[in-house]
Amino acid sequence: MSATSSTIVNLPDQRTAALPKRHYLNNEDGLLSWLFTGDHKRIAILYLISITFFFFIGGAFAGLIRLELLTPQPDLVASDTYNKFFSMHGIVMIFLFLVPSVPATLGNFLIPIMLGAKDLAFPKINLLSWYLYWVGGLFTLAALVLGGVDTGWTFTTPLSTHYLNTHVVTAATGVFIIGFSSIFTGLNFIVTIHRMRAPGMTWFRMPLFCWSNYAASILMVLGTPVLAITLVLVALERLVGIGVFDPTKGGDPLLFQHLFWFYSHPAVYIMILPGMGVISEVISTFSRKRVFGYTAVAFSSVAIALFGFFVWAHHMFIMGVSNYSALVFSLLTMLVAVPSAIKIFNWAFTLQKGSITFETPMLYAFGFLGLFTIGGMTGVFLGALGMDIHLTETYFIVAHFHFVMVGGMLMAFLAGIHFWWPKMTGRMYPESLSKLAAVTTFIGFNLTFLPQFILGYLGMPRRYHAYPPEFQVLNVLSTAGATVLGVGYMLPLLYLGWSLKYGAIAGNNPWQATGLEWQIQSPPLTENFIEIPIVDHEAYDYEWLAHKTAHEVTTVG
Amino acid sequence: MDNAIVATHPHTHETAVAAEHEHAALPQHRHHFETEGQQREAATFGMWLFLLTEIMFFGGLFFAYLLYRNWYHDAFVVASNQLSIPLGAANTAILISSGFFMALGVWAAEVKKKSLLVLFLVLTTLFGVAFLGVKADEYHEKWEKHHIPGAHFDVSEFINPHAYGLKEQPLAPDMAQKTQIFFFLYFAMTGMHAFHMIIGIVLLFWLTWRAHRGEFSAGYVAPIENFGLYWHFVDIVWLFLFPLLYLINRHPGT
Repeated sequence: MSATSSTIVNLPDQRTAALPKRHYLNNEDGLLSWLFTGDHKRIAILYLISITFFFFIGGAFAGLIRLELLTPQPDLVASDTYNKFFSMHGIVMIFLFLVPSVPATLGNFLIPIMLGAKDLAFPKINLLSWYLYWVGGLFTLAALVLGGVDTGWTFTTPLSTHYLNTHVVTAATGVFIIGFSSIFTGLNFIVTIHRMRAPGMTWFRMPLFCWSNYAASILMVLGTPVLAITLVLVALERLVGIGVFDPTKGGDPLLFQHLFWFYSHPAVYIMILPGMGVISEVISTFSRKRVFGYTAVAFSSVAIALFGFFVWAHHMFIMGVSNYSALVFSLLTMLVAVPSAIKIFNWAFTLQKGSITFETPMLYAFGFLGLFTIGGMTGVFLGALGMDIHLTETYFIVAHFHFVMVGGMLMAFLAGIHFWWPKMTGRMYPESLSKLAAVTTFIGFNLTFLPQFILGYLGMPRRYHAYPPEFQVLNVLSTAGATVLGVGYMLPLLYLGWSLKYGAIAGNNPWQATGLEWQIQSPPLTENFIEIPIVDHEAYDYEWLAHKTAHEVTTVG
Repeated sequence: MDNAIVATHPHTHETAVAAEHEHAALPQHRHHFETEGQQREAATFGMWLFLLTEIMFFGGLFFAYLLYRNWYHDAFVVASNQLSIPLGAANTAILISSGFFMALGVWAAEVKKKSLLVLFLVLTTLFGVAFLGVKADEYHEKWEKHHIPGAHFDVSEFINPHAYGLKEQPLAPDMAQKTQIFFFLYFAMTGMHAFHMIIGIVLLFWLTWRAHRGEFSAGYVAPIENFGLYWHFVDIVWLFLFPLLYLINRHPGT
């Protein structure tokens, strides 16, 4: 492969190539073999189908929200219906899509392979976590079908406990159960990474994808139980009137905020860290270089996880926390920017003097870099006390977290799906169509959410379905962008489905990447490795790969 | 430390195969673990992580306790003195005994003594049930006195203690209302604890049955060992709950 080549894709000769005879997809047949599987790869596929389903449900609500906001008047739906729309959008997207998105699909599929193991440590618990996900998902759908819930995804008291007649307890039960699904995924990852690494796979030889999922797993294991107990208390308060969050009985609504955000702020890092792992893999592969500052990137994941537990009160700056604690939490919030910036700078230095090619995963990764940087920087705005008081509860916040969650995590998720699609299915997606999708997504995203920064700065509050007429131009732009974004998300669904049957045969290592997962057949065998590999090189060692492939050619020839 | 172990592991494919053959006697060995030792370590590590999540789960309640005890100390003292020290202390002793028999059970499994293991598991269960029995009696008393938070909560005993033959100082009505917060925390914390015990007792029945079939007396002790960790965790939670709820200030005014 010459240095001037515009692509690194290296596919087998399509006239003779075929999928391997045995692999995890055809190892056993029938629905039951999927529903009772212990194979981490099959569970990953089950998760992928499930979260895609919920993603489009959440997306439909996003579309309805944008449609209502097309005009200043409240003309499409009544205000309480609108409240149900954004509540369901938030609950579905956060708990049923973003939290499990990368860990439960790509993480489940790849972590054992990347470590050189045959499976996760607890395959049955892994399957259980998928079932719990569905039980929780069905409770959430039940809340939706029975008439919805309008607390917002935050279940804020006393609104959720005293003032609403909607299906708060049903939705909270759903989230409670999904929480356990997330705990089990995290627990499985931590034990697997500690105990199942192949001989020679030291901590600092692990791919950065494993490091970032490890950091996210720590957050899942330590944070999610606090959400669970908080939701139990909300349900008890609502059903029995115990008074723990009720000021008339001596309770403190602010206690709810502390407990809820103790999980829900770290949850933001649960959602973004695995995505950062994807970006590390993609950027290294498509610039043919070891990730610059590997150790710093690895530790910055852990640092984000650690700092993430000490910033929660920045969600309460206007809720009456003391000035001193606001000051401390403001400072700590800005500290989180440091490890995030370490990552961004290290990725930039990885690109420097690399042999960069622009395949679809790389396009999504570039989208991530820009959008996450904007999302992160506006987070610093919001962490500043004076600025926060002006901007909180406006569309500035909405734009900020969509830049991080959608511009960051969803871009990373799509980058990862495209990057590992040949490994998961054995077939390539259509390249030009997918590049079109990546660009469409990027344009649609910016058109949707950049106007919202301006709207928020001008003072348009979030969670209202009507607004002053002077905001209409920006809202129309945002709705138009959402339409483009919707097309950008529909495209992969269509062409990835198409590629399952008609895509080019990918071969073992279409990207010439270095990870262990690329050294085995695509799709992999159920047991991943015929014999457990012995790892004798660092992650992202392209010289090792060149040496290995050269060797292969001579023996085959 | 982990690092060093893996990096210096003189592990080749041949030794792995050899190790597998050596332990092939255990039917519980699962295929995706290289060795039985790895399987056992993974299970124990997973259990410790699970207990960590449990600590965080109870942590939310302990945080609420900390806050409200600071705010409503007087109400907490008076309400706490409604709880019976003899019953609480007896329950502490009962639970520690249960944990002691559990520890003996783990030992019996490790030395492969089947009937001893079954005996110790049965004793663990009996003491666990006894604990729940005492707890139920305590709950029943609160029910009769209308000290269960909610619509029927009655504060008259705290506003006018002398009429009920209590030697406490009377509380102002608004502070007396706050005893409800104490009782809520009492029920939530001990209730959550009791719920964990009920789950534990169900698991104990299952483990006893399996132990009776001899599943844990041939070298495969991980379920007993890990259940032991869980049961001791439940013990330890109670060791925090007892002083925090029963012994806040038994000599008010001195």
